[in-house]
Amino acid sequence: MTATLAPVATAGLGLPARAGLSLLQVAAVAVGGPLLVGLMGKIRARAEGRVGPPVTQVLLDLRKLLGKEAVRAEHTSAVAALAPLVLAASAALAAAIAPLVVTRPVMAAGADVFVVVYLLLMGSVALALGGLDAGTAFGGMGSSRAMTIGAISEPALLVGVLALAVQARTSNLPGIVAASLAHPGWLASPQRLLALGALVVVVIAETGRIPVDNPSTHLELTMVHEAMILECSGSDLALVSLGEAMRLGLLLGLVANLFFPWGVDASGSGLAVLIGLGALGAKTAAIATLIALVEVSTAKLRLFRVPELLAGGFVLAVVAVTTGLVTR
Amino acid sequence: MSEAAYLAGLVAAGAGALLGAALPARHRVPGAALASAVACLAALLGAGQVLASGRPFALRLAEVLPLTGAELSLDPLGALFVAATAVVGLAVSCYSVGYGAHAPAGRATTATLPAFLATVLLVPAAASVATFMVAWELMALTSLLALLADHRRRAEARDAAQWYAAMTHAGAAAILLGLVLLAAHAGGQGFTEIAAHRGRLSSPIASVVFVLTLLGFASKAGAVPLHVWLPRAHPEAPSPVSALMSGAMVNLGVYGILLVGEDLLGGGPLWWWLLVAALGVSSAFFGALHAAASTDAKRLLAYSTVDNVGLVLLGVGSAGALAAGGERAVAGLVLLAALFHLLNHSLFKGCLFLGAGAVQHAAGTRDLDRLGGLARRMPATAVLFGIGALAISALPGLNGFASEWLLLEGLLHGFASRSAVTEAALLAGVATLAITGGLTATAFVKALGVGFLGQPRTEGAREAKEVPPSMLAGMALLAAGCVALGVAPGVVLPGLERAVSSGLAGGAPRAARPGLGLALASWRGAVQPALVVSGLLAGIVLAWGALRLAPRPAELRRPRHAEAWGCGRESQTARMEITATSFSEPLQRVFADVLRPDHDLEVTHAAESRYFPEAISFHQRVDDAIERVVYRPVISAVARWGRVARRVPNGSVHRYLAFGFAALVLVLVVLA
Repeated sequence: MTATLAPVATAGLGLPARAGLSLLQVAAVAVGGPLLVGLMGKIRARAEGRVGPPVTQVLLDLRKLLGKEAVRAEHTSAVAALAPLVLAASAALAAAIAPLVVTRPVMAAGADVFVVVYLLLMGSVALALGGLDAGTAFGGMGSSRAMTIGAISEPALLVGVLALAVQARTSNLPGIVAASLAHPGWLASPQRLLALGALVVVVIAETGRIPVDNPSTHLELTMVHEAMILECSGSDLALVSLGEAMRLGLLLGLVANLFFPWGVDASGSGLAVLIGLGALGAKTAAIATLIALVEVSTAKLRLFRVPELLAGGFVLAVVAVTTGLVTR
Repeated sequence: MSEAAYLAGLVAAGAGALLGAALPARHRVPGAALASAVACLAALLGAGQVLASGRPFALRLAEVLPLTGAELSLDPLGALFVAATAVVGLAVSCYSVGYGAHAPAGRATTATLPAFLATVLLVPAAASVATFMVAWELMALTSLLALLADHRRRAEARDAAQWYAAMTHAGAAAILLGLVLLAAHAGGQGFTEIAAHRGRLSSPIASVVFVLTLLGFASKAGAVPLHVWLPRAHPEAPSPVSALMSGAMVNLGVYGILLVGEDLLGGGPLWWWLLVAALGVSSAFFGALHAAASTDAKRLLAYSTVDNVGLVLLGVGSAGALAAGGERAVAGLVLLAALFHLLNHSLFKGCLFLGAGAVQHAAGTRDLDRLGGLARRMPATAVLFGIGALAISALPGLNGFASEWLLLEGLLHGFASRSAVTEAALLAGVATLAITGGLTATAFVKALGVGFLGQPRTEGAREAKEVPPSMLAGMALLAAGCVALGVAPGVVLPGLERAVSSGLAGGAPRAARPGLGLALASWRGAVQPALVVSGLLAGIVLAWGALRLAPRPAELRRPRHAEAWGCGRESQTARMEITATSFSEPLQRVFADVLRPDHDLEVTHAAESRYFPEAISFHQRVDDAIERVVYRPVISAVARWGRVARRVPNGSVHRYLAFGFAALVLVLVVLA
């Protein structure tokens, strides 16, 4: 019943109001993403017995970097300038159309889950091309490793979201969230739990967390993402860090709302939007805490062991779809 | 009207071939190119009218072929293939002017391109077994001649031509056998007669016909394991021919499968289509993997053709399977997606092959390990190749995304079907689509990033200059198509819908709602690429503007250029850059079981101590494992048999007379 009522309620909102809500989502992800990165760093530090930097450290770094000049390598083309912009813009667009705070932000009819997946791919491709543009050994190595990991995590991501789409009989994101709200029983269904497992593996790989990549390393042999952005500095680096943090916030927010859709606002009224914001923050912070705790307790995998983890995620996703078809 | 335009196109292409053979050297290439361009425009007009109106035309030219006469008819399905060929052909004609200017082409080379174009335009209109086979064989011959253009300079071209000739003629023999069997049992050789009398066929005969023709058509389409000629022939052909082969000729393999399976045999059992889908799955996976591992730009593109044809076959097979289960609406959607992807593939692969040709023209090599830094030297080519590369990687806003999204939606909604086997096939299809998506993005990041970005690795790449405007115009035409169909995919939907209705036996209900974007008709699902693109552009402009306005001193606002960080070393040279080989090394290691790369590492130690190597040489080759495992043993067995058989005819007349007598007795025994 709620599923049929919910879209109608926001459909009453005009385009300006929904665009405003979308901008609110972008702002929430742009601020919340860096805060989540900071939170994960803080939890790791505490678990290791250190005090650690404040949660707002990433935001402070961003402010500092924005005040600095960008220095680019001499052989670079326009790609070096465009890559950070495309990364940030694609993450922002995905944050604008995904149901994070409200179920139906702007462009709800075209807010397809595959659009979001391919927007993330666009950011990865831009970053990899940016890594190759300077023509250094490190940048290319980072791009090669990042694309390899991306190529193997993509199937798990796509088939994982397919499991949800098959259950909801649509790949429209607001549609999936509304259907999950209408069927609370789905949350405990085996296909959802399996798909959740697959998507968590993907989130870890896509955002470069341990055990796939270590965001705090600069050791030549192990770095992936950091090698790719070694030539970025100043405002370029600020955009890349912001874009990466937004991707983390977006992915965690999507996992939170697809699997635990409580609190997503369907009406668009002031108080409900606030509740939606609070729920999004609480849910993503909880998932980030779990990931940070896992990070503390595991070591980074060798690069050539990572495919095994990701293949495991892919198998989980395939089993999720199969379970869904069998138990239908 | 539409038939007049189409025939005028065929005549103009034939005239182009004559002009190429007859004109003096200076006017040869422009003359043939002009005639081909006119031919493509006329054929596009004719095919466009059929697609827009949905009314097929039929012609009978009694004088053209002896005994049977030529029968031509163009329905919307065939018109779609003619239109795709015409668009690629138009770009290729334009491009060939500049391409031919640098290396004076001979009469035969210049004449074969329009002749090849004419045959590719002709095949989808053939409406009887005889006409079809003549057109098909003419296409094989002209493409073989076009492939041999460089045979004097390159031994690889001869080798590729041998493979191609053997595979295409074995395929043609299978098709001929299948179609003759079909015509004999249906009691006529016209396609309309066969379709009307297909009820006379027993189901084993129909299955034999389908499998025989499938062998031939799948080999032309480059489906694994019948693909081995493709990664040899497409790279070795001159680039305009490669573009036409990958962008137009392989399509006709898919056309043939639809023609025989749906049009002539009217659907058929589930397993036929599962077989087609299985071919698609294996091709897509194998092609994408080899594309990600290739270091030769054109070989990479050829394997990517295997990959994309695989996705199309996957769609065709799934559509056939769903239709066999009675799910006509979803089947229509999946076939729509497959045909849309085929059209898109023609556009971006044509553009990419022309781009690779431009690189070879400018830098003298197509080995990615020897390129680099071309974006600063030939910016227009870099942008156009980049559009093709991003389109094939299915990034939103370009045409590859639109068709892959439709295909994903089709497979997703097919899961509501009743048949468990079909569902398993669909799941395999989605998994394949997902795996190839990431691999394709990796392959094309490599092609674009290693080939065009960074520093030049050789003198040839350092000296590269932008190619002439006519070559750029050819690429730009196809790149513009990629952007247009990416931003507004809805504009081609009505034509595609008509092609689907005439392609699927019994027709199909409308799959998508009209509009600029894509919206499914019977299910909830839509994308609006125009909005996505405007959102992205707005985001980029806003972020750029915000950076310009950021509170910092004026001298810090403009980016400064300085030497790249070299780990404390004084300077970076191009030899320290990553190469295409090292870029794909991690993926090769992950998929070593399928790719089976050959490594060869030799370390020469210094005389003083084993701990100091004097020289290290490392060689790596990634050969086609299927060629090695399946084809090589067959070839060596045939060669051995040939050596044995050579001993039999020893020149003795008595022995030959005995053979003749034995054969005669055998014939009499069989007849009695």
